[in-house]
Amino acid sequence: MARRENPEINAGSMADIAFLLLIFFLVTTTMNVDSGISKKLSEKPPPDYVPPIIKEKNIFEVNLNFKNELQVEGERMEIKDLKDAAMAFIDNGGGEGKIEDGVKTGPCDYCKGERSESSSDHPNKAIISVLSDRGTEYGVYLKVQNELLRAYSELRNRLSKERYGVSFDELEESYKDDRNNLALKKKVEDIKNAYPQIISDAEPTSSGN
Amino acid sequence: MSKFRKKKKGMPAVNTASLPDIVFMLLFFFMVTTTMRETELQVENPRLPSATEVKKLEHKSLVSTIYVGKAKDPKYGPSYNKIQLNDKIATADDVPAFIINERSKVPENQQPFMTTSIKADRESNVGTITDIRLKLRDVNALKISYSASKGDN
Repeated sequence: MARRENPEINAGSMADIAFLLLIFFLVTTTMNVDSGISKKLSEKPPPDYVPPIIKEKNIFEVNLNFKNELQVEGERMEIKDLKDAAMAFIDNGGGEGKIEDGVKTGPCDYCKGERSESSSDHPNKAIISVLSDRGTEYGVYLKVQNELLRAYSELRNRLSKERYGVSFDELEESYKDDRNNLALKKKVEDIKNAYPQIISDAEPTSSGN
Repeated sequence: MSKFRKKKKGMPAVNTASLPDIVFMLLFFFMVTTTMRETELQVENPRLPSATEVKKLEHKSLVSTIYVGKAKDPKYGPSYNKIQLNDKIATADDVPAFIINERSKVPENQQPFMTTSIKADRESNVGTITDIRLKLRDVNALKISYSASKGDN
């Protein structure tokens, strides 16, 4: 008997099926990587809570009104100048740090600020208070938050470079890859404690409505 | 017979056997790089503000998302301050129930790592965000992330 050739299977519709699946996935899935500015809210204070008295000079007041205008420490400012103003405030180091577990932190020996009497005592005492209006645009508000965070990260990077030779971003990155490395952890915490991010959101005003 | 035997001359058919392979490759690429859309957007896709200090959100299963923006349905009005929870437009008062519901889907030891991602449009008001934030604080959902795209303007 003569060898019969195998008839070819028609695979023409296979592509259609695959396309169908592909289109289904295209429609039902999302691709964006979620990223954002993370924040930790403060816990709800108990009803009889009395806020501690903070010296005026340790508070950096940032106000945003309903026209998206920025006011810092009583003076108008452009958003692009905010980072430098915040850095000058945090890094001032004009006095003693706060007392932690009965141990005085003492004056800030790594600060490079002006050590002015009228600005913050120590990075761990420096509080940035953001007061915005209910009518403020969210985009502007986030931009302000971003600038403040940038001030902190720049300071942290600088200190980390000085102490450990690498920027804080790289330090954190390598800690993320190696969570069990205690030496690395200590370094990260050291920098974090040197410049703790204290940004508080005040209850917004509602003058614009 | 010879009438039927006659070979037809014409263009040979193009072999499309590898087409499915190519499409499958695309398909697998999409399957791997994307995630299932859980909710149908009821607000217009928020134009996220951009920021430089963004951090990637890890553990997708621990993230609950709140959308804020302009409702697609015109009956809600033109303001950019509509809140979407799950699949419908809600008010800030519904946020605690939403969070508690999200929490029940997660094993107890993971619950402290839950993050709420607020995807708000640039033009929404801070007031709306504050309302949400206050409600989140009530139910102790303290980790939040303001969704933003990485960029400089």
